[in-house]
Amino acid sequence: MRFDVDGLLDDPATRIVVCCGSGGVGKTTTAAALGLRAAERGRSVVVLTIDPARRLAQALGLDGLDNTPRPVAGSQGHGRLDAMMLDMKRTFDEVVEGHASQAKAQQILENPFYVALSSSFAGTQEYMAMEKLGQLHAQAEADASWDLIVVDTPPSRSALDFLDAPEHLASLLDGRFVRMLLAPARGPARLLSVGLGIVTSALNKVLGAQVLTDMQTFIAACDTLFGGFRQRAEATYALLQASGTAFVVVATPEPDALREATYFVERLSSEHMPLAGLVVNRVQVEAVPALSASAAEQAAQRLADHAGEQHEATAGLLLIQADRARQRQRQDRLRKGFAGAHPEVPTVGVDALAGDVHDLDGLRRVGELLGAQ
Amino acid sequence: MSDWARVRLHVVTGKGGTGKTTVAAALAMALARDGRKVLLCEVEGRQGIARLFDVEPLPYEERLVAVAPGDGEVRALAIDAEAALLEYLDMYYRLGRAGRALDRFGVIDFATTIAPGVRDVLLTGKVFEAYRRRQRAGPPVYDHIVLDAPPTGRIARFLNVNAEVAGIAKVGPIRKQADSIMQVLQSRGTAVHLVTLLEDMPVQETADAITELSAAELSIGGIVVNQARSTPLTATTRKAIATGSLGAAELLPALKTAGLDDLSATPGTVADGLLAGAVEHVERLDLEERLLADVEALGRPVYRLPQLSDGMDLAGLYELADALCEQAMA
Repeated sequence: MRFDVDGLLDDPATRIVVCCGSGGVGKTTTAAALGLRAAERGRSVVVLTIDPARRLAQALGLDGLDNTPRPVAGSQGHGRLDAMMLDMKRTFDEVVEGHASQAKAQQILENPFYVALSSSFAGTQEYMAMEKLGQLHAQAEADASWDLIVVDTPPSRSALDFLDAPEHLASLLDGRFVRMLLAPARGPARLLSVGLGIVTSALNKVLGAQVLTDMQTFIAACDTLFGGFRQRAEATYALLQASGTAFVVVATPEPDALREATYFVERLSSEHMPLAGLVVNRVQVEAVPALSASAAEQAAQRLADHAGEQHEATAGLLLIQADRARQRQRQDRLRKGFAGAHPEVPTVGVDALAGDVHDLDGLRRVGELLGAQ
Repeated sequence: MSDWARVRLHVVTGKGGTGKTTVAAALAMALARDGRKVLLCEVEGRQGIARLFDVEPLPYEERLVAVAPGDGEVRALAIDAEAALLEYLDMYYRLGRAGRALDRFGVIDFATTIAPGVRDVLLTGKVFEAYRRRQRAGPPVYDHIVLDAPPTGRIARFLNVNAEVAGIAKVGPIRKQADSIMQVLQSRGTAVHLVTLLEDMPVQETADAITELSAAELSIGGIVVNQARSTPLTATTRKAIATGSLGAAELLPALKTAGLDDLSATPGTVADGLLAGAVEHVERLDLEERLLADVEALGRPVYRLPQLSDGMDLAGLYELADALCEQAMA
């Protein structure tokens, strides 16, 4: 089944498109191309990118990192295209500032644990991407600035990380250990069980006493935020399950990328999250479908054997064809494997381009390949 | 003679999708020749090594995954931060029961997630332990260790464990551990190799990573250009295609000689298709040559690995290991 990308982008009920997939498959390019195409087909779009290539960022006017959407110059038609690049730390700081008194917020922002947590990549980026999505969505609902949000997801070690990270972080900050660390400050001393005694002394041994003190200060200061963290994680989760949301899984016709795509498709289905389709980037173009790899190779061999240098140019071209046909064959097999397991997932292949995409024209070209019927 | 004869710890990084796990595995196999023992580690919980060698998912345990000519061995280990922490606690503090208590209270999860620096100290710490492990008689258990490390975007941060924990732990055992790991990572016994494709973004990220790694005073190794395209075209043909002077009509006699004049497509269509494919091929070659020049300008030894058109398998790994040996990377 073919993935009707234009149908998805044109449907006013589509409010959020989430592009996900493993690293290096062209997720950011796909997100930007979908955003541009939707805008040029009349939607008011904001694209949230996580870590775009420098030249693509420049093409989108994202040189300045100010964590707010800016209009993209050069988008054609009646629609509108804004884009932004996520500033993870700043987004986290804003969450803290929005949920705590000024004095308390200051205390949190300066805590070494907070500094490490908010600037690390282990889950924070995923969490903040979802936080930012929530903010953009709220803004879009409030003042109708956009009717479509396209989100790129962080280059995680696994495509599933961004689904789990918010919940993981929320459960850590709201978990049993944290509550126990806070317990002495809150209630009767008997809550300080033998277990916690062992735990704290072990941590002191390993980390050094000052670390635990910092951790306790951080957690105590964050106390007011905990409810907030969990609530926000739940709200984001609900937003991802809503009917206006569409997930686009991005892959390349390579075993690792398709395996990640398979995990993702299965996970989305078990979480009742709406999957719109699979985009397979970098599909080898079939220049001469009538000429198979082995036929081309044999023909090249015949030319070399019988005609020598006279036809060496054609022999070279035939070998290129053989290589391309073999690549394509391998890719087709891999894609068939995916389709066999998930025949219900609409798919679109995007031809491999000779050069890299780093301007609006390139994005428009990718958009055409995505939308072409 | 290998370019990296002094190096025992080979760290392999690269942008996602460049094939760094494949290169790490091929390097481990190349290093294992002549009877050497090599440990190949991964730290991201992806089980990429198990998939590559087509074995069961690796536990937190060193398993034999491949042999090399002359009795060489590649063992593989998937390092898990939580298991490493428990092992560490047990080894240094004999915290059998308390260790389990930590796990039960979610402390292990907490410590390894919320304090990411701690996580990296644990992961690199295990590599460090294997690096220093010795047989009773004296020589190291492993001649070489190859680490399939996090991607270029995170590598400097991951290896610069010292700076990472500096904000959190100013004194104490974790800090001391970080200091000793750092000493090894910055020594001449370590090299951080970068894997790239000849595409814009991976090359850019390679350059960025080199800057960051140098700033952290980590020893940078070679650059492995993976899936490098080769061409069957002679220089003359390539030029003719680039300038558009080779026309479809000129191919027709050759197609007839080759017996390709009775395909389901007309010879004209076939000739057009072949030319179109060749034009793209040449464009890509030009782009790759420009990018290769950029890579060479980074001033590190460059190694090239061919594109394997049949995809990656064990035979392919041995082929890549051969290529690395021939180019003296191992």
